[in-house]
Amino acid sequence: MAKLHVTTSVNGEPVEFLCEPYETMLDALRAQLGLTGSKEGCSSGDCGACSITLDDRLVCSCLMLAAEAEGHEIRTIEGMAKGDKLHPLQQKFLEQAALQCGICTSGMLVASEALLKKNPDPTEEEVRFWLAGNLCRCTGYDKIVRAVMETAAEMREAAQ
Amino acid sequence: MNVVNNKWIGQRTIRPDGVDKVTGRAAFAADTTMPGMIWGKVLRSPHPHARIRSINTAKAEALPGVKAVVTPRDVVDFTIEKGAVMLGIQDMRWMCRNVMAREKALFPGHPVAAVAATTEAIAAEACKLIEVDYEVLPWSIEIDDALKPDAPILHEWNKIDGKPSNIVGKIEVKKGDIAKGFAGADVVVERSFTTRPVHQGYIEPHACLISVAADGKTTIWSSSQGQFMVRAMTSMLTGIPQSDIRAIPAEIGGGFGGKTIVYLEPLATLLAKKSGRPVKMVMTREEVMRATGPTSGSKSTVRVGAKKDGTIVAAHGIFHLQAGAFPGSPIRGAVGCSFAPYDIPHVLSEGFDVCSNRSKVAAYRAPGAPIGAYAVECVLDELAEALKMDPLELRLKNAAKEGTKAAHGPVYPRIGYIETLEVAKSHPHYAAPLGKLQGRGVASGYWFNAGGESSAQVNITEDGNVVVTTGHPDIGGSRAGIANICAELLGIDYRRVSVIIGDTQTVGFSNLTGGSRVLFASSMVVTQATDKVINTLRERAAKIWEIDPEAVKWENGAAHPASPNAGQFEPLTLADLAEKAPSQGGPIGASVQLNTQGAEGGFGTHICDVEVDVDLGIVRVVRYTAVQDVGRAVHPSYVEGQLQGGVAQGIGWALNEEYIYNKDGKVDNPGFLDYRMPVCSDLPMLDCALVEVPNPKHPQGVKGVGEVPLVPVMAAVANAVYNALGRRFYALPMSPPKVSAELDAPTQQAAE
Repeated sequence: MAKLHVTTSVNGEPVEFLCEPYETMLDALRAQLGLTGSKEGCSSGDCGACSITLDDRLVCSCLMLAAEAEGHEIRTIEGMAKGDKLHPLQQKFLEQAALQCGICTSGMLVASEALLKKNPDPTEEEVRFWLAGNLCRCTGYDKIVRAVMETAAEMREAAQ
Repeated sequence: MNVVNNKWIGQRTIRPDGVDKVTGRAAFAADTTMPGMIWGKVLRSPHPHARIRSINTAKAEALPGVKAVVTPRDVVDFTIEKGAVMLGIQDMRWMCRNVMAREKALFPGHPVAAVAATTEAIAAEACKLIEVDYEVLPWSIEIDDALKPDAPILHEWNKIDGKPSNIVGKIEVKKGDIAKGFAGADVVVERSFTTRPVHQGYIEPHACLISVAADGKTTIWSSSQGQFMVRAMTSMLTGIPQSDIRAIPAEIGGGFGGKTIVYLEPLATLLAKKSGRPVKMVMTREEVMRATGPTSGSKSTVRVGAKKDGTIVAAHGIFHLQAGAFPGSPIRGAVGCSFAPYDIPHVLSEGFDVCSNRSKVAAYRAPGAPIGAYAVECVLDELAEALKMDPLELRLKNAAKEGTKAAHGPVYPRIGYIETLEVAKSHPHYAAPLGKLQGRGVASGYWFNAGGESSAQVNITEDGNVVVTTGHPDIGGSRAGIANICAELLGIDYRRVSVIIGDTQTVGFSNLTGGSRVLFASSMVVTQATDKVINTLRERAAKIWEIDPEAVKWENGAAHPASPNAGQFEPLTLADLAEKAPSQGGPIGASVQLNTQGAEGGFGTHICDVEVDVDLGIVRVVRYTAVQDVGRAVHPSYVEGQLQGGVAQGIGWALNEEYIYNKDGKVDNPGFLDYRMPVCSDLPMLDCALVEVPNPKHPQGVKGVGEVPLVPVMAAVANAVYNALGRRFYALPMSPPKVSAELDAPTQQAAE
């Protein structure tokens, strides 16, 4: 079968690529577009290391076909910082040591940003259930949850 | 201790590799590519136990796009008869058979051939075309089955009393005479326990990219806990000399012990050599679960005797651990660590290494120790109850301290175990009220810790900053600790210290990231190298000032006259001296290689509260406090992170994680959906109390901290469940179906 031609937007930039009909968005990002910040931990949607947003909706890119990106807006970890200015979540993860090996970090950050866009004032329980689809084996989640809560508080304050 | 009033040691600095990791730039093994790269795939045995009669690769080789096929014949054979060839704790006879089955396939998932092709899909298709003629054999997986008199034998050469056996190893540690000890006991508690195999659960699957040039020069990018281990094992299994193999450590996405051996690297090297193309191999999650090392399942019996006043007089442990396909289960950890927190006059601790048709175990965080501690610490809980003593009091009464001779050998120097008990006892958590169906448990744990070989280079850049190169992959933030220490010694801002992990051809030999050794050992070599650099800087200043080097001191990042007698000179900063280096003797730097000694063991005491949903059988941990003697918390956040991560893994082990086998002997839950590790909503905040009793044998007082925190957890959770329900569980995991079954059973053995 011929490859499909996909026109989409990734991190605000217009992008075109060719993909196999069965190719996942994760594979397209990593292999075709060179965006390897999204990680493959399971390829079954269980670990969240490949989290991206599709029109602001949080998805596992391993469960999405690359062809489905046609006409939509994709955002990945690579688009989170603005130039050399880190997103407040990225900065807080660094300050709070909310990462150890770092393999889950891209997905955690993308998922956390999606949460705060939807709910700028989440409870601890809301953070924990929102991030329940993002596995981390190193941290026990403690510092991640604290980092998200603190960033949310600071972002609310900054918005006032 | 050469460092007091620290500016950087003990600070929560930003890790050197941090920005790369929060922006997605950090290069993990699977993120690497090369021009001309092709893909490797492994053909794996579908059978738990089968003799391999023949392998025919002709059809696979004929498939368009296939560039190379390798079979067991291509892997260097370490014959069994010639005896052990050890690399660290690994016997290459088993490694060569584990990376690719030789005479027999010993577990479902055991590699039997590998293919490299222009696409992953073609490589996978080619694997299906390889014809393997198997003679399927009977198999056993569980320890009890492998020990039956008529059990299928994995390794016929292994004999006990002249008969082939699956018991492939036995060790014991002994102190005093337990018969004498138990004779003097007023109370004796003996219980048996089982645990299931659990996986390390790193989120990053094994991956590598390997290129072999026409002259044999080999470059390996891979995810491992030791680039030197990768180089040595790949060399031994392929015949390429170590000097021709450059093993580059990619950022590693978790290891926990599971990446201390090779799986893919020798196969990818052979495929790259045969094809002349760079070969990339990445495992699927299913391959990780089926074919890489979980830790042992186990069965243990522990007997402890005490006087009425709580003095423990004797202890006996028997630990059987599943090794999987090849010898090497972590019996040393189970046997050596389980009684180590206590001063007991009579101890016998025996461990048996049992092979069965399951993937070969790999190390998992304090290998063996959590299994032993689970049994011992649960028995101590029952003993405390029988003696009507507080469980922390019982431990305090028998706690090991400076001068105690442990059954496994060492006489302890100044240790902080008693401090952990005291902190736990006075912690608000221990006195907090409990609600309905809630319970509290405590447990302690010990891990040996390790020193060993480390190398480091400290180089001053031309603009007066610092590059530190060490040889240990950084999994949990060790670069941050090294930056703190080097900055402290040089008296400069930590952001001026760049810490990188060198590859095998650019930094001296450094042993694995494992055994909780990295910060202990690497900070020792970095300290010595930095001290050498400081001496050079003092000599340079002395030369410029034309005074004696002894009259120059190094302080706050600059050379100063040591006293007014030395003369009046403006301080020379690191930048000044770097700038003057070309005219004053050349580059400034030092390298140090050591076989580090003095890694003393570590102790922790944990408090766990659970709440049980008796309708659904769900146990939830609602509060947790980990207390640990950490020596010196060079970077407290990453020390706490080690405690929190270990606790989370232990909670998974206690409550949910297990390998489930189907009737065909295959793992039935080889993915994250069914192999249920703790997710964010399963856990509470995990509180830490860091006790700092500096290691007297380390320049900064560092002790290993990474492994101790997994050791006490399962017992702490189990003791809490007992406290909540009045029923004891003697098997892990205490997962909902098992808790429900127990709750539905008639009450009987609670007060046996």
